[in-house]
This record gives sequence, C-alpha cells and structure tokens, in this order.
Amino acid sequence: MQVDEHVLQQVCEILKPFVPDGQVIGVETDLVADLGLDSLKVMKILETVEDRFDISIPLNILPDVRTVEDFVLQIQRLHGERQ
Amino acid sequence: MISIFDKFQQLAATRQVLEENCDDFFNIVMDDIISATEAVVNGRPMILAGSNNYLGLTFDSDCINAACKAAQKEGTGTTGSRMANGTFSGHLALERELAEFFGRRSAIVFSTGYIANLAMLSTVVGAGEIILLDADCHASIYDGCRLGGADVIRFRHNDVSDLEKRLRRLERRNTNVLIVIEGLYSMLGDRAPLAEIAALKNKYGAYLLVDEAHSLGVLGENGRGLAEETDVEESVDFIVGTFSKSLGAIGGFCVSNHTELNLVRYASRPYVFTASSSPSTIASTRTALKILQSRSELRQRLWNNANMLYQRLKDLDYDVGPEASPIIAVRQENMEEAFTIWNGLLDRGIYVNLVLPPATPDGRALLRCSVSAGHTLEQMEHICDAYTKVKELTAAV
Repeated sequence: MQVDEHVLQQVCEILKPFVPDGQVIGVETDLVADLGLDSLKVMKILETVEDRFDISIPLNILPDVRTVEDFVLQIQRLHGERQ
Repeated sequence: MISIFDKFQQLAATRQVLEENCDDFFNIVMDDIISATEAVVNGRPMILAGSNNYLGLTFDSDCINAACKAAQKEGTGTTGSRMANGTFSGHLALERELAEFFGRRSAIVFSTGYIANLAMLSTVVGAGEIILLDADCHASIYDGCRLGGADVIRFRHNDVSDLEKRLRRLERRNTNVLIVIEGLYSMLGDRAPLAEIAALKNKYGAYLLVDEAHSLGVLGENGRGLAEETDVEESVDFIVGTFSKSLGAIGGFCVSNHTELNLVRYASRPYVFTASSSPSTIASTRTALKILQSRSELRQRLWNNANMLYQRLKDLDYDVGPEASPIIAVRQENMEEAFTIWNGLLDRGIYVNLVLPPATPDGRALLRCSVSAGHTLEQMEHICDAYTKVKELTAAV
C-alpha cells in the first residue's frame, strides 16, 4: 500500500502540537524515539485521528506502528475496511 | 553491548527526581497495623484514608476467627491450582454463595481481582471478536485484553455517544462485541452511566461486563453494586469483582447467568496456572460476604463519611471528582503542590494515596482518599481538619 499524501498531511497536522521545537516531521519520523510520545499523548492522538477519519483504531495494532508511515498506512487500511 | 537494565534508565531518572522532591513517596511502610483505619506508618501514627477498606472489615472479629479456624483446620495454603489439588470445599461454597448473592446461575472464584479480569478478558472473547472498553478502565482490564486475541477499542470515558458511534461502526464486522466498564472508577470515584450503556448493549446485541471492584458493598440497596443501583442487572452478562476492598481480604470472582461461564475454567490460563486462594482467605471472605448482606448500616455509615468529606473538600475549593463517593480524589495540576499537600497530610497524621501520571486519567496528579465505614466521626473530623490546614499552607506558598 502506498502512502496517501492527503492522509499523511492530515496526520502531520494532528501530530504538530506534539512535535518538539525545531523537529521536522516526515514519513520516517519515529513516533517514540523522535517525538518522545508517552502513552497519554498517544491516546490523545488516537482519539483525534479516530474523529477525523471516522474510524476506531484497535490498540492491538500499536506495537506495529513505529513511524509516521506505519501510522498512516494503518489509518488507510482501517478507513478502507470501513468503506 | 547494552545491559538488559538500560531501558530502565529513564525510569531511574524520574524516580530520582521524585525522591529529591518527596523522599517518603517510595518508602511508605506500614510498621504496625492498629485497626482497619489506623496504622503506624514510617514510625508515625496515621489515620488510613487511602485503603479501599470500604466496610472496614479487615479487623472484624468474626472474619478473623473464621480465617484462624480455617488455617488451623486446612493449613496455610492450598499449594495448587483450582484445576488440580487446589479446589477445597470452601472455594465451592464461596462460589455458591456469590452466585446466590448476585442471583446468578454461575460463579468462579479467582486468586486475585487482577487475575479475575485477566482470566475473563483473555478468554471469553478471542481472535476476530471485539472488546470495547472505557478509556479509564483499570490496568487489569487492559492487561487481560492484551493477553487475549480480540481487537481492543477504547471509547471516551463515560461518553455514551462515543460508545454508540463505535458500536455503529462495528456493525459491518458482524462479530461478537464485549463492552467493558467499571461500576465505580478507581481514580475519580465516578459511576459509569450504566443504564444508558445497558440500553446500547441491548440495542446492538453486544455483551456487557461490569467490574464492580469498587462498587461491591458500596452501591445498591443490597450492596450488589452499580448494576443493582441502576436496576439493569438483567442486562449485565458478567460481573467481575474483588475481595480486596469491601470484603477485606484478597481474591476475585466473576458471576453470570451464562452457564457456559464454567467452561472458562478449562480455557483460561490465568485460572489454571495460579495457586488457589488460601483457606483462611476463603473463610474470611465468606464471613465478610455474610456481613455485607446482614449489616446495611455499614453502607450507610460509609456514605455518611463519603458525603461529609466530599462536601468539605468542595467547600474548601479543592478540585474534587464529579460526584460524591467513597473514593474522593483531589486533582492537582502542579506536581510540587501535590507533594506539598500529600506531605502536609502525612505530617498531620493522615495517609492518602498520591497517584502520579500516567496512572491518572488526565495527566494530572491525584490525591486519592478513600473513606471507610470504620472511620469514626472524630477521625473524619481529623481528616477534614488536616485538609483545611494543608489548604492554608498551599495558599500561603
């Protein structure tokens, strides 16, 4: 599956408040190592993404999500299943 | 090569900062337990106001006598799993008594409340099925979900419309959905909107599990919890609970009208691969369950104490939870202030739980007080006075 630029753009917008100053965000950004997201922030982000894309994200997929690209692809998959 | 402990470095750094701010935080030791509501903590006499001992039964003489007799008659432990040599007649009697108390067909007793959730949530739903849980559910619920194979989806805490949105989205999956909530939430002491959730469960054909860990003996005319209080017991498929709060011991249970509950015994690793509860624990729990049913005045006293402290803290302008309950939590945005209040209460002989993120629901620190039917009016006044003085202290700072 290819990264949908439109989904990527929206995810980056949602992540923006959590990005440390001076950090540039891209598909290879590591959500924990680069952004230092803790569990509370991750949950907040999940809720926002779920509302934006009208999907429910199972917590089981989180171990497979390391980078922004992984996250975007999972969103695309869940969004596709919904339709 | 890095050490296996390197991953704990961040934890160690956080711990060091906390220790520098509040050296008592990691070193609370109950030196001497005087009663259900008093102990000597780190050499200082203390009123226990963070113990979950809602009915104050830990020092009930009948419970203690039952435990002693059982230990003398049956020994200190079962040394085996319920599936092997660890089912004594007392375990089965307690299961019958729990089923009868809740008016259910089946009951299983587990060794802890944590194991009860681990066993149920990892077993009754599996791969291809779904657990929909309230975001503020206890860690044991999350861990049980992780141990099983079901898809796990959270809904916003106590948000019925968010739950319905997710149930609607899941309709196309055409699979079993288990909704999981708690009667009273352990951090802020707020009730679940159970009547509305039960209506949704029925509307969408889901299953419903309610963890009544903090509401057993606390809510409902007969102490059966929130499902009884809201008159929706028929709609609740599984009630899970613990013996380590109102019943003053340790252990867990699940009751259900689904007779298939008994099959969980054979399919659940947390049930099979754990030693069963000791005879003394089972005996004191059976006695405590009888007291819970026969002495409703304990519940009345508990609520008098809860309402008194909640109102006093509210009047003092503390940021308390949304409703009065035996769990009365003060939210603190500022960690330093939280430590000041906690230390201030300790200095005045009051022990409450200090809970720090990420164990708290919204990233703030919590000073979590839990009152007991065992607290005397004098002790309650002492607790209220300590909060008043500490408030003056923080205002001065």
